[in-house]
Amino acid sequence: MGLPPGAEPVPSSSSGSRGRGSRMFGGRGVLVSSASTIVFFALIALVVALAPGSSLVAERFFEPYHLNRSLFGTVTTPSVVGAFVLNIKMFLIAEVFILILALVVAIVRGIPGPVFFPFRAVAVGYTDLFRGVPLILVLYMIGFGLPGLGLKYFSSQSEVTYGVLALVLVYSAYVAEVYRAGIDSVHESQTAAARSLGLSRWQAMRFVVLPQAIRRVIPPLLNDFIGLQKDTALISVLGPIEAARAANIYAAEQFNYGSFVIAAFLFIIVTIPLARFTDRLIERDQRRRRAGAAL
Amino acid sequence: MSTAEAIRLEDVYKSFGETQVLRGVSLRVAPHEVVCLIGASGSGKSTLLKCVNLLEPVDAGRILISGQDITSDGVDVNRVRRRIGIVFQAFNLFPHMTVVRNITLGPEKALGTARAAAEAHALELLERFGLSDKANEYPDRLSGGQQQRVAIVRALAMQPEIMLFDEVTSALDPELVAEVLDVIRELAKGGMTMLIATHEMGFARDIADLVCFLDEGVIAESGAPEAIFTEPSHPRTRQFLQRIVDAGRL
Repeated sequence: MGLPPGAEPVPSSSSGSRGRGSRMFGGRGVLVSSASTIVFFALIALVVALAPGSSLVAERFFEPYHLNRSLFGTVTTPSVVGAFVLNIKMFLIAEVFILILALVVAIVRGIPGPVFFPFRAVAVGYTDLFRGVPLILVLYMIGFGLPGLGLKYFSSQSEVTYGVLALVLVYSAYVAEVYRAGIDSVHESQTAAARSLGLSRWQAMRFVVLPQAIRRVIPPLLNDFIGLQKDTALISVLGPIEAARAANIYAAEQFNYGSFVIAAFLFIIVTIPLARFTDRLIERDQRRRRAGAAL
Repeated sequence: MSTAEAIRLEDVYKSFGETQVLRGVSLRVAPHEVVCLIGASGSGKSTLLKCVNLLEPVDAGRILISGQDITSDGVDVNRVRRRIGIVFQAFNLFPHMTVVRNITLGPEKALGTARAAAEAHALELLERFGLSDKANEYPDRLSGGQQQRVAIVRALAMQPEIMLFDEVTSALDPELVAEVLDVIRELAKGGMTMLIATHEMGFARDIADLVCFLDEGVIAESGAPEAIFTEPSHPRTRQFLQRIVDAGRL
């Protein structure tokens, strides 16, 4: 939907009376689409209202009393929104480490030369391993395994630290591949031009290839971060009271699932702006590419 | 160093996989000399230039720059490349940098020139080639001819001893060719040592001190432009030039 502003056709006088929406369907089409939309949603509302158990669903999931109490917490249950702050914290901390570690892995994977074979092998092995193992297993192994080793430093961290570490390890493997795709997408003639100026291999990477590569992979990176934001909820298996766990505590105590709805809502209001932002970046990128091609 | 040739190729071989591209090329370029390489596409012109700049390693033979063997082991390739400018057919400007940043990147990062000094030099060069008003534009806002002139300036900013040109007008619309060739002519007047692969026969005839006809990876014939263009001795040279004449390009 929606032509980019620059691509809008010049309205001729004969079609001047038509509005913007009518371009898609024509005047009669607007009426039909409005009518069908109204009928469609009215029918769904009717089915939902008449379905057996619908009042029970409303009570268990959408009772304002419970929504409110789980959101702000009670004497015996934690506030879901308060717990959600932990999700955001874990997300932000993990994101920084992921961006760095993944970039290192992607660059190491691309270093040529026989001397660096072991480094490349480690990078490849790392991505293969952590892309293949389910996140929850990595969480178990680190969150339950490391403390069990009884080591001085590595076994005495908080559950949140172990959880973030697991997220970083798993997500860096994915993000490294995203970076690598971006690096590969920069034409080798760019490297040749940089090297011909006497820049070292690393300088060519740093000043010529990476700036172009990273710009191109920002949309897929944001996409991965939407996934990361949601997966912070999995850390609850290690015990920290983040949004999902707080919601679970409320649900278990009050026998009401409104707390889950609240937690879901909190995740959504964070990820939707991120998703729209990603869409906009992609759109802008496409527009620029079209403009570039036209030149 | 003293009286050595600026460039000297001794029996250079280069293959890509099964394909032999250079099959024993020897060539001498004196300081301040302009040598044009002509020949059909695939005759090895571009590969030869890339070997001189060490963008491609040679398989056998030697290349000497001002007497220094740059194909021997342990040569610092970055150091060698700083002495030799190369301009490519496809410009290869850095699209994420403004014109002036394109030009200052090499001096700043490879030579360690301070940014202010590098910038001043870049602006001076842009002025000299009529590009001052483009300093802060991004490459995609420039015409092909302007982009190629910026690419030449970018190479010149490193103050190279030698300039290599790899069919620098082949990707340009016909009306933009002249402005780029004029820049090269000016460099020739200034005494720059140049090795130029080109399809512009009129230009080669004009500017070259020596013309080399490459055919299937060897220099089949070389000589003064008058000799090559008016009385070529090698049958392949005659054939090649005849095709050019038939195409109306000489």
